[in-house]
Amino acid sequence: MSASTHTASHTSGEVNYINEFKGLKSWFTSLDHKRIGLLYMISVLFFFLVGGLFALLIRLELFKPGAQYLTPDQYNQVMTYHGAIMVFMVIVPGIPAILGNFFLPLQIGAKDVAFPRLNLTSWYVFMLGAIIAICTLFLGKIDTGWTFYTPYSIKTGTAATMMVVAAFVMGMSSILTGLNFIVTVHKLRAPGMTMFRIPLFIWAIYSTAVLQILATPVLGITLLLLAMERTFGVGIFDPNLGGDPVLFQHFFWFYSHPAVYIMILPAMGVVSELIAAFSRKTIFGYTAIAFSSIGIAAVSFFVWGHHMFVSGQSEVAGIVFSFLTMLVGVPTAIKMFNWLSTLYRGNISFESPMLFALGFLFLFAIGGVTGIMLATIATDVHFHDTYFVVAHFHYVMVGGTLMALMGGLYYWFPKMFGKMYNETLARLTFVLIFIGFNVTFFPQFILGAMGMPRRYFDYIPAYQSLNSISTIGSWLIGCGFLLSLYVIVTALRSGEKASDNPWGAKTLEWQTSSPPPHTNFHVEPVVTAGPYEYK
Amino acid sequence: MFWMQYAFASKFMPTAATDQASQVNNLYSFLLISSFIACVILIGGMIYFAYKYKRQSLTAKSAYITHNTFLEFLWSFIPLVIFLVVFGWGWHIYHQMRQFPKDALEVHVTGKQWAWEATYKSGVRTANLVKVPIDTDVKIILASNDVIHSFYVPSFRIKQDAVPGRYTAVWFNANKLGDFHIFCTEYCGTQHSGMIGKLQVVSREEYDKWLEEEAKFSTLPIAQKGEKLFQIKACSGCHSVADASVKVGPSLFKKFGAKEELTSGDSTGVDENYLRESILNPNAKIVKGFASGVMPSFQGQLSEDELSAIIEYIKSAK
Repeated sequence: MSASTHTASHTSGEVNYINEFKGLKSWFTSLDHKRIGLLYMISVLFFFLVGGLFALLIRLELFKPGAQYLTPDQYNQVMTYHGAIMVFMVIVPGIPAILGNFFLPLQIGAKDVAFPRLNLTSWYVFMLGAIIAICTLFLGKIDTGWTFYTPYSIKTGTAATMMVVAAFVMGMSSILTGLNFIVTVHKLRAPGMTMFRIPLFIWAIYSTAVLQILATPVLGITLLLLAMERTFGVGIFDPNLGGDPVLFQHFFWFYSHPAVYIMILPAMGVVSELIAAFSRKTIFGYTAIAFSSIGIAAVSFFVWGHHMFVSGQSEVAGIVFSFLTMLVGVPTAIKMFNWLSTLYRGNISFESPMLFALGFLFLFAIGGVTGIMLATIATDVHFHDTYFVVAHFHYVMVGGTLMALMGGLYYWFPKMFGKMYNETLARLTFVLIFIGFNVTFFPQFILGAMGMPRRYFDYIPAYQSLNSISTIGSWLIGCGFLLSLYVIVTALRSGEKASDNPWGAKTLEWQTSSPPPHTNFHVEPVVTAGPYEYK
Repeated sequence: MFWMQYAFASKFMPTAATDQASQVNNLYSFLLISSFIACVILIGGMIYFAYKYKRQSLTAKSAYITHNTFLEFLWSFIPLVIFLVVFGWGWHIYHQMRQFPKDALEVHVTGKQWAWEATYKSGVRTANLVKVPIDTDVKIILASNDVIHSFYVPSFRIKQDAVPGRYTAVWFNANKLGDFHIFCTEYCGTQHSGMIGKLQVVSREEYDKWLEEEAKFSTLPIAQKGEKLFQIKACSGCHSVADASVKVGPSLFKKFGAKEELTSGDSTGVDENYLRESILNPNAKIVKGFASGVMPSFQGQLSEDELSAIIEYIKSAK
């Protein structure tokens, strides 16, 4: 249906962004940041399901040594799709594109993002890339790992070129979204909303957006060069043509390390919101958290070489990168202590979003300290490319980003849909995911210390028992996410009506109706205080 | 420091078979203990606060604390100091890893999809076996034939990528006798996880003897070389060559050029390619009267030269 059906009055509580316009076309042509956020939500959660099935397949194959259900080539494809889908189609777009799109304008008191058309374009560009990526499944598959290391990715006869193009296109979408968010934060804040009154979620999304527009072009160029090399035999990375395969790693990690922070910074933002809201307490060290986001973003550009300690780079380079990596640890530690102090003398309740936030603190603490072990150059030589690394980045990416995404979805669900989910079941999803996660990934630290390399289809018998435990854990995680899907779907179908501010939170999005009207606020808000004034 | 090693590192990590590996263990133990303390503070603090400041009523007042400069300084500064300590410690050990000793025994190791080939100065070549004497500085010079591989010996805590188009190197000085795994830790395709070699540490005498025998061996006529390999690789345990008697598998006496009946009902001529397939992928064609799955694959365990030698030996059995 077209925009001419735009009849309802904005002051009526019954009219909101969901029911104001009807029909599929109104969704696919909507310029409303909230609807675009939901489009992203549906697509990203679908890709998450696909990536998750690949993860379960990996664990199933590794339940015992030797070939179980897959051939080595199939396993390599499954492991590649799991990584590529989860990184490019779930974790990177996840929080910024879903929650950022929906809540960035709401939290700063704006009617929409700065460039609504560009925002919708980003979604279409993202979907184009995603569809190309999915098409490779039927057109040759890909087995390079999500990192596309040369010269393997040049030699392998799979659909690598297509996948690289897909990642390039999705990167484009990421840049457009980042640009949009930066301009929105600078130009569209409500009267009185100074930079130091914006919620910490916005600071996190803002730092992420800066990374997105600065780092992603490098990935784009790298992937383009790789595609050219595969198609036309340009000798940039292929040693047989005088190229340097390690150059690819430098290019790749120059993007992909900042990308790690593209993945985790938004999660830190969500957690700041959750902890403040459920402790009913002003956040401890607002400025420190805000600046540590910027600090992490800045230093993250200079640590890419820590992925390459054993690649043959010089000793000096290794040491410099090790040192700089240690420096990233400091702002991260600051954030952890700030969240902890926010709990101190708070008024803490344990609804499901808060459980996910506390789960985040728990898992991120482990992910953080193991990060220091990997930054220490001598121990990294042993751990590099073993399951220790796999465990570490899952603690950060899944234990960090996905826990925050789940917490954020449960936290903002009543605002997004005006309905409440079943709290008991939501808590149960947390318990399943949290326990399952630790059962799956903690043994992998030990496997890594024992020396089991990653991307292994088969392993020596000594690694069997821990691998079996890990596989059992993956089933628990699977059940947890299936249950979450059930909780969300039943809440959408028959959830009780939610109040405007069920958690009693202070940020702006809770001051409007649930779900919000098309233009977000019935009256333009005027801001007179910070975001967490629980006095 | 010793107790820590027993408390932590050695429990999970493979035997430390070099001095450097023990140093890495010590650093790892320190990291584990400080990480454990950090987690107790963070997670324990979180659980304690969550319990202590549990919500009694929605209207209960929470404290209004915006910051505390002294505390914030402390928790930035103390982690920084710890990070710098482990950074320096890591650098110290890594520096030793990268300082190559003079007059080390040099072995060229080439990674290829999917095997490690070692070449000694005397010309001796081995597949998936690097034999070295104990208490000796050994420098491994790495190259790659195709894609990037990574030479990883968990017991030595060393790892180095083998990059096509250039040389890289690692060194070690093993202080324990025994067989240790060589894993490939850079994803290299189909058989990445099967690219496992053996690093064998032996006494000086045994090493010298082995090298001498291997050197003699490498100048033997190709069929005689095959005969030796036939013993070493234990082929002779299952296959007779001198006559038509059947041990576990089919006899290879006068087989070359003959016809072989298969369980599938087909028959095949015995030529070089059939023999090659039967060695590398034994279950592809099973001779009538024999069971499938008995013979292990020798994929990755024989170099091309060795494979040719064995085939020449089988050809000579007439």
